[in-house]
Amino acid sequence: MLKIKSYVKVKSIAEAYELNQKKTALVLGGMVWLKMGNRNISTAIDLSGLGLDTVQELDDEFVIGCMTPLRELEIHKNLNTYTQGAIRESIRHIVGVQFRNCATVGGSIWGRYGFSDVLTMFLAMDTWVELYDAGRIPLTEFVNRKKDNDILVNIIVKKKPLSVCYMSQRNSKTDFPVLTCAASLIGEEVRTVIGARPGRAMVVEDKQQFLKDFRNMTDEQRTEAIEKFAVYAAENVNTAGNMRASEEYRTLLVKVLTKRAWEAVGGMKDEY
Amino acid sequence: MNISFWLNGVRRQEEIEPGLLLIDFLREKGCFSVKRGCETANCGLCTVLVDDRPILSCSTLAVRIDGKKVVTMEGMQEEAKEFGTFLANEGAEQCGFCNPGFIMNVFAMLREIKEPTEAQIKEYLAGNLCRCSGFVSQTASILKFLEYKKAQEEA
Repeated sequence: MLKIKSYVKVKSIAEAYELNQKKTALVLGGMVWLKMGNRNISTAIDLSGLGLDTVQELDDEFVIGCMTPLRELEIHKNLNTYTQGAIRESIRHIVGVQFRNCATVGGSIWGRYGFSDVLTMFLAMDTWVELYDAGRIPLTEFVNRKKDNDILVNIIVKKKPLSVCYMSQRNSKTDFPVLTCAASLIGEEVRTVIGARPGRAMVVEDKQQFLKDFRNMTDEQRTEAIEKFAVYAAENVNTAGNMRASEEYRTLLVKVLTKRAWEAVGGMKDEY
Repeated sequence: MNISFWLNGVRRQEEIEPGLLLIDFLREKGCFSVKRGCETANCGLCTVLVDDRPILSCSTLAVRIDGKKVVTMEGMQEEAKEFGTFLANEGAEQCGFCNPGFIMNVFAMLREIKEPTEAQIKEYLAGNLCRCSGFVSQTASILKFLEYKKAQEEA
């Protein structure tokens, strides 16, 4: 059960930051995950009065406020055009519309939850987080940081040329994913992200450069490169078992989803 | 804490505890259509509309409705009765426990998508669980209701 002693709807991020320096204070997101635990919160900090619940499109980036509901991202036309529908695909399987109207992107990214579809998707783009104290840092760096008392203000997606595909495997509709996978070409950079391992999402480094120069490969070369990289990913991504799937099953899924996602990015298969 | 809001079209002002969940608050105010089901934000039974958007009242603090418009099924009796007939005619209810949340989300869907396809209906209502009907008859009832409304508009 959640117990809240005092609740402050802050008037500025600075006020939120100051309040959040106490150990028992907590910034509220959408609360769908938070309310499931047993917690005593001395000060609940609510950012919902700061206008951080919208997606702002600039010439070179999308600036997504931390309180933006997941549903907003799911139906945002330009974000979905930019990602070829991948953002919608990563969000539409999360429980139901009502849930996605409550859950916030800031909550998902700040929480760095292992099961997060959202984290996997955002890692597959040139994404930065804007923290009140630490400033802008790449999401790839933020994902491995320890939680501290900073405040996540915005999530920034740079509009670099992007080809991306998002896939997830679930035991049943609306359940947590058993594995998530996103493959992307960000400019010339090749990026593969695997999440719900069940550990938090990670970028799979292509150390052997199987996918180097992917854009200029022939279909035959791509098929061969993808096959090799999928095997490499399965060998190099740490997975584990839990109530949803075994370690072995997840490792098999790493190979299958990696292959399929890259085939979709390469234009060799439209869908599965 | 003092909050002011609209509940089913009526402006209200209330004093509440900061940790009070919206579902408990609404039931205290006599909105018994708002049901507690799974307690894990999965079943959609507690669905209410806040500023026209369907949300889970079991996962929302009551303080967050300050300045907002909340609608429960008590505020949509006529519409619910009309649609409820289609649900009943299709045999889409057995225990009926999921109906209020389901009906609220159907109305939210129809506000957002004027003429939803069957696939859109299934996707939009994925967060409303029914353990009796298996969803086939519920989907059929929505499609028939849409046909009926369209015929009404054309007439």
